[in-house]
Amino acid sequence: MERFRRIIYCDNFWALVFLLPNLLGFLLFILIPILASFGLSFTQWDLLGDISWVGLGNYTELLSDKIFIQVFWNTLYYSVGTVPLGIAIALLLAIALNQKIRGVKFYRGAYFLPVVSSTVAVAVVWQWIYNPEFGLLNYVLSLLGIDGPSWLTSTVWAMPAIIITSIWKGLGYNMLLFLAGLQGIPKTYYEAAEIDGANWFNKFWKITLPLLSPTTFFVVIMSVISSFQVFDIIYVMTEGGPGRSTSVLVHYLYQNAFQYFRMGYASAIAYILFFLVFILTLIQLKRQKNWVIYY
Amino acid sequence: MKKNTKLITISYLVLGLGALTMIMPFIWMVSTSFKALSEVFVFPPTLFGEKLLWQNYLRVFERFPFGLFFLNSLKISLVVILGQLFTSSMAGFAFSRLKFPWRDSLFALYLGTLIVPYHVTLIPTFILMRTFGWIDTHYSLIVPSMVSAFGTFLMRQFFLTIPQDLVEAAKIDGCTPFGVYYRIFMPLSKPAIATLGVFIFMGSWNDFIRPLIFINSIPKMTVPLGLAFMQGMYSTDWAVLMAGTVISVLPVLIAFFLAQEYFVQGVTLSGMKG
Repeated sequence: MERFRRIIYCDNFWALVFLLPNLLGFLLFILIPILASFGLSFTQWDLLGDISWVGLGNYTELLSDKIFIQVFWNTLYYSVGTVPLGIAIALLLAIALNQKIRGVKFYRGAYFLPVVSSTVAVAVVWQWIYNPEFGLLNYVLSLLGIDGPSWLTSTVWAMPAIIITSIWKGLGYNMLLFLAGLQGIPKTYYEAAEIDGANWFNKFWKITLPLLSPTTFFVVIMSVISSFQVFDIIYVMTEGGPGRSTSVLVHYLYQNAFQYFRMGYASAIAYILFFLVFILTLIQLKRQKNWVIYY
Repeated sequence: MKKNTKLITISYLVLGLGALTMIMPFIWMVSTSFKALSEVFVFPPTLFGEKLLWQNYLRVFERFPFGLFFLNSLKISLVVILGQLFTSSMAGFAFSRLKFPWRDSLFALYLGTLIVPYHVTLIPTFILMRTFGWIDTHYSLIVPSMVSAFGTFLMRQFFLTIPQDLVEAAKIDGCTPFGVYYRIFMPLSKPAIATLGVFIFMGSWNDFIRPLIFINSIPKMTVPLGLAFMQGMYSTDWAVLMAGTVISVLPVLIAFFLAQEYFVQGVTLSGMKG
């Protein structure tokens, strides 16, 4: 009995009980796959035949793979297209929402509708909006006297179309992060500035923007990281087309793994993606001190 | 701050225009779903057809087992939510309140995996599911999602805010660590659990790439995969497609209106990820 009691109060025993289900899943579905993926990236395997070791072969092949290079640039294009514009609009909306406004809950709800809807549903609706002849967008453009392009079937306009939809979907989310940041700025700063005769622009430029920089920095890095991983919206709207014009890193990874059955090659793409995300995370962790003004 | 009427007017203008842009695609989706095909293909487009037609919705259910997609998604999401809340809270308790060797190193390892993109684990998980014979079964969507490093991290952080005095008092009363977890920590963590639950639900319900890879047969599909499949089959019948889209987003939107606060919190959680 005494021995039993000691076990009951022994932390090691309980730690094992509490941790075991989680640890099993963590090892089997998170840690081992991460390591296995790294190992696979040095091999060639089609799932059926034998695995063969190719060393850095996949990586060197990627560097000279014209499709990979195009896909990489497409990802950057998507990133540069979505992040700055999406953040600027979200900041503008957050500032507007931070004024003494009625119906804050209504606006927040409206901007959150796309955020909670599934990307697949959003992509299907926007495909219809982008329909060149009967779609909503080209109708609105025609009212302004603009002859709209055939968005998703044009190699020039397909990516901008996807960028517009992505910004639309993510706006409410970024807006909310900015709103939280804005509400964290002490009101006394603005009051002091008003006594000194500062106008709206001065207050925005000298108080809001610098004091919001931790939030802005965080939102920028997070947006870039997630933009590198875009897939769903592109798969549904264009499947990477027309041609390769909207194919991105994860789409090419998906194709290599599950259409061409090149597991090793796809794993190498996954690790290049990981490397890029890792660098961005490091930047966020290390450089935050230098770029960001805290108060 | 002084009230600045000009600024407020501009704010309303910006917000109103923005809100219209946000809502318009949804209105367009609903209006198209009630139109006859002859009314869909007209220029200039009309907001509403001559009368409300329900036949597009009937056709969706005739051609596709949308009800089944729902049940599949619901089942998978529920099991994943419960499972992940269970494993996350248990491990979160161990990491926050129990002392055991290698605890902090192990937790650092959990944190380290948070920065790894989801897609890195996709191929090994697929191989594992194939080895288990779980391809085209719901096990492949449920079991690997039962544990998340992020959920574990979140529960640990929340548990750390609970005063240690409560634990000591319970211990003196003869409570085992499980008793402390079950009778004190879980009831005190209801808001955190609800928020994490919504977050898990959003991830599971809207997940697309995993069902796309793991599921092949129509009766096993989830709502997003079913919708994408339907879009591939009827890429020009916009009225039916929009009806399917309405059906697929409606439950989430209803849940959103009922529990807006939790949704907002749950979704913003993902900002802490990475």
